[in-house]
Amino acid sequence: MRGTNRYIGSPVERIEDLRFLRGRGEFVGDLRRENMLHAAILRSPIAHGRICGLDVSAALSTPGVRAVITAAQIGPVPTIPLRLLPLPGTERFLQPVIAADRVRYVGEPVAVVLADSAALAEDGVGTIALEIEELAPVADRRASGKHDILLFEESGTNLAMNFTATIGDADAAFRAADYVRREQFKVQRSTATTMEPRGLLAEWDAAQGRMTVHGAAKVPFFNRDTLARLLGLVPTSVDLIENDVGGGFGARGEFYPEDFLIPFAARHVGHPVRWIEDRRENLMAMNQARQTDCDVEIACRRDGKIIGLRGEVFVDLGAYIRTTGLIAPRTLAQFFSGPYRVPNMRITCQSLLTNKTPTGTYRAPGRYEASFFCERLIELAARDLGIDGAEMRRRNLIGAAEMPYKLPRLEPGSPASDTECDSGDYSEPLDRCLAEFGWNEKRELQGRLIDGRYHGIAVACFIEGAGAGPKETARLDLETDGTVTVYVGSAAVGQGLETVMAQIAADTLGLPLDQVRVLHGSTTYLQEGYGAFHSRSTILGGSAVFEGAKALLEKIRAAAATRLGSAADDIELVDGRARKSDGSSASLAELAADSLRVDATFANNNTLTYAYGSSAAHVAVDPGTGRVELLDYLVVEDVGRIVNPLTLHGQAIGQIVQGLGGAFMENLVYDASGQLLTGTLADYLIPTGTDFPRIRAIALENHPSPSNPLGVKGAGEGAIIPVGGLMANAVANALASFVAMPNELPLSPARVWLMGSINRSGGSPRPAATTTIAH
Amino acid sequence: MRVSFQLNGKPVAAEIEPRTHLADCLRETLRLTGTHLGCEHGACGACTVIVDGAAVHACLMLAVQAEGRAVVTVEGLSADDALTPLQTAFRKHHALQCGFCTPGMLTTAHALLTEEPDADAERIRAVISGNLCRCTGYIPIVEAVLEARAAYRKKP
Repeated sequence: MRGTNRYIGSPVERIEDLRFLRGRGEFVGDLRRENMLHAAILRSPIAHGRICGLDVSAALSTPGVRAVITAAQIGPVPTIPLRLLPLPGTERFLQPVIAADRVRYVGEPVAVVLADSAALAEDGVGTIALEIEELAPVADRRASGKHDILLFEESGTNLAMNFTATIGDADAAFRAADYVRREQFKVQRSTATTMEPRGLLAEWDAAQGRMTVHGAAKVPFFNRDTLARLLGLVPTSVDLIENDVGGGFGARGEFYPEDFLIPFAARHVGHPVRWIEDRRENLMAMNQARQTDCDVEIACRRDGKIIGLRGEVFVDLGAYIRTTGLIAPRTLAQFFSGPYRVPNMRITCQSLLTNKTPTGTYRAPGRYEASFFCERLIELAARDLGIDGAEMRRRNLIGAAEMPYKLPRLEPGSPASDTECDSGDYSEPLDRCLAEFGWNEKRELQGRLIDGRYHGIAVACFIEGAGAGPKETARLDLETDGTVTVYVGSAAVGQGLETVMAQIAADTLGLPLDQVRVLHGSTTYLQEGYGAFHSRSTILGGSAVFEGAKALLEKIRAAAATRLGSAADDIELVDGRARKSDGSSASLAELAADSLRVDATFANNNTLTYAYGSSAAHVAVDPGTGRVELLDYLVVEDVGRIVNPLTLHGQAIGQIVQGLGGAFMENLVYDASGQLLTGTLADYLIPTGTDFPRIRAIALENHPSPSNPLGVKGAGEGAIIPVGGLMANAVANALASFVAMPNELPLSPARVWLMGSINRSGGSPRPAATTTIAH
Repeated sequence: MRVSFQLNGKPVAAEIEPRTHLADCLRETLRLTGTHLGCEHGACGACTVIVDGAAVHACLMLAVQAEGRAVVTVEGLSADDALTPLQTAFRKHHALQCGFCTPGMLTTAHALLTEEPDADAERIRAVISGNLCRCTGYIPIVEAVLEARAAYRKKP
């Protein structure tokens, strides 16, 4: 059913903007309470060691310091459970909420100081005497894989998990192949870098035995249940409140040690406690991501048809498995082949523990890395086989007639981890992308030196799995002023949720947008909710709102029919009034007296949506400086159905720039002792306004999702997926005369300069890895 | 100690520690929380305010340095509830998502366009390159600032 307003599909300006633009947003750091104490956290300065002394007496005698919390105050130290993929064996590697006797990464919490101001709390942290007996650090996944120095001795291994994704018979395919090529690739460690650092404000009501925590994000209901369990409370005694959230990208809002420590501190001292993370903490304590390398092979027929992929992927997981820590490793294995038809594949993915900050999901987790690996292999195969890069991809895209298309099976997994591409014609965005980009014309520039710079182009394709279940909830209340309040279990992390949900509700109810108010993300509104991850909010939350609005509309019509003396199907909602065909009507405000309310749930039985698209890019590489200028970037993605083209376009452009940061700039560098060397935004470089001015995005809605009533597909993580592989291939093509092999990200100026200087320095290009073309 | 200055056109006074920086003074002492802190080392620009007409990182300026000066924060950009042309252009072009960097973007752009209402895209990009945004990719921000130029040109 579609309403008469047609907000869905229109570039509706955002409701949220009105407060943000006037400085009236309310972020957790903006909140204060009477008698509030401020928390600062002492974090381990050592990557691996045993705590042999912790003296907080000087802190306790620092003026303004009220309390210090260490493991001793907490008692038995709980560990943080996994939110996703809590597979057997993972319980051995969970993070304790505070370090009691062992530290495993620089930044691990050791003590919490509570004081009258944040500055005084930091003063207190500086006076704590912490003695650590250093242990040899496990600096990277290669050292980890030797299993001689162990992060958890009792487990006997540093291997946290080993996934295998299989389809067909990879070894047989490689034996039968006309062409095989084997390569090693590497992606660096990076992080989401939300502009708002994390923060919490916890309040304990001793009389009521009730804990209220502001600063929740992403998954407040799951975290409410977790916090209740760790504090020994029932979930109904804990509320998590979502305020405005300054960016999520997968990292913000997961359950971190502080999500226990700050509420615990509030209960311990009987004061509200606020903790606002500083940027150094943010870079060393929030989930990091993406550090992966691999040794992989592609097998093709002479005509370019891929018949097999196999190999090993290694994830540098960090010191613990965090709540979402296994999602990227899972995805690296199962989604390695992306949108391509690969009938035979066996990819293993080892997650290895290292003495670095633990990792978790970051926008397109695992997919960004896997796409880089797979697109590089395809580009190399195309070049070796003498096939145009676009044509190579066209020949291998999963075909419309093959839908639904089963993706490889995961081990260890469950029936729920089986998934299939749902719908669509993957060649449509590729064709559109090539046409709008001008592939045939720009191909003439491939590898050419023009005004001192080498030009390169590349194209890549992607699928964006989204909409993890099981369900989402919504409640719609008709208020006494005739407006409708929509409560949704989805969470807002800055993506424009209020506007999109209001569009769906207003359209369905036939109400003006300003008659709908959306409230979200807090456990006080609904019994249960699932939140904002896997680009699921519009799919599941939007569908719950849609179903709820339809049901409310029926209730309104029934109530109006009773009042006006007619059948319900003789009632229409027009401009906020229920009208009968004879012209008589009742206002919604009058009907609200009947207490009209609907609770709705939308469940998708874990059927994912797969948006899909193609991206193309044109770069110019200065061989003298290693600078890569992005001259053009275009993404075309079919998202099923567009609710708000303005916010959708914003998602696409923002993703691409974030992905370009990962491709060219961002790099969390650790030294051999496990010290983070990039602890400020002056060292950890994210894109700025001058870096990438030319980016275009086109959204299609040719093939609505078959698995939800709106036909929408998740669209918050697709455009970022191919960015790394696309940039590496464009640079490789620009520097083809140097036989450049950009197999490692980021494509920093130094790295690119080196690739473009091999001939000049008289050295020989790196020998190509094992390549076989059968004759 | 006590510091007095003009804040969004009105005289204010605050009792602060000497080490308090201007952003903390605005946010914690004067309770004007529109100015955001994203790094506290002058790298992200979220805390940008306008001091005597110049865009300044409020995290790198001590509150005492504001003594006797005129400070404008995001709350002071619009006199009433209506959006200014700059704010309207930000909304139209979807130049904000999470809204955290937005106050700094607005104050920076306002200071720029007040002095240079004819700034071109390249100049705008150079000036806002001191303000980090993780959501938008900057392209819509540049479009919004370009569109807002007309309103600044009309001013006497």
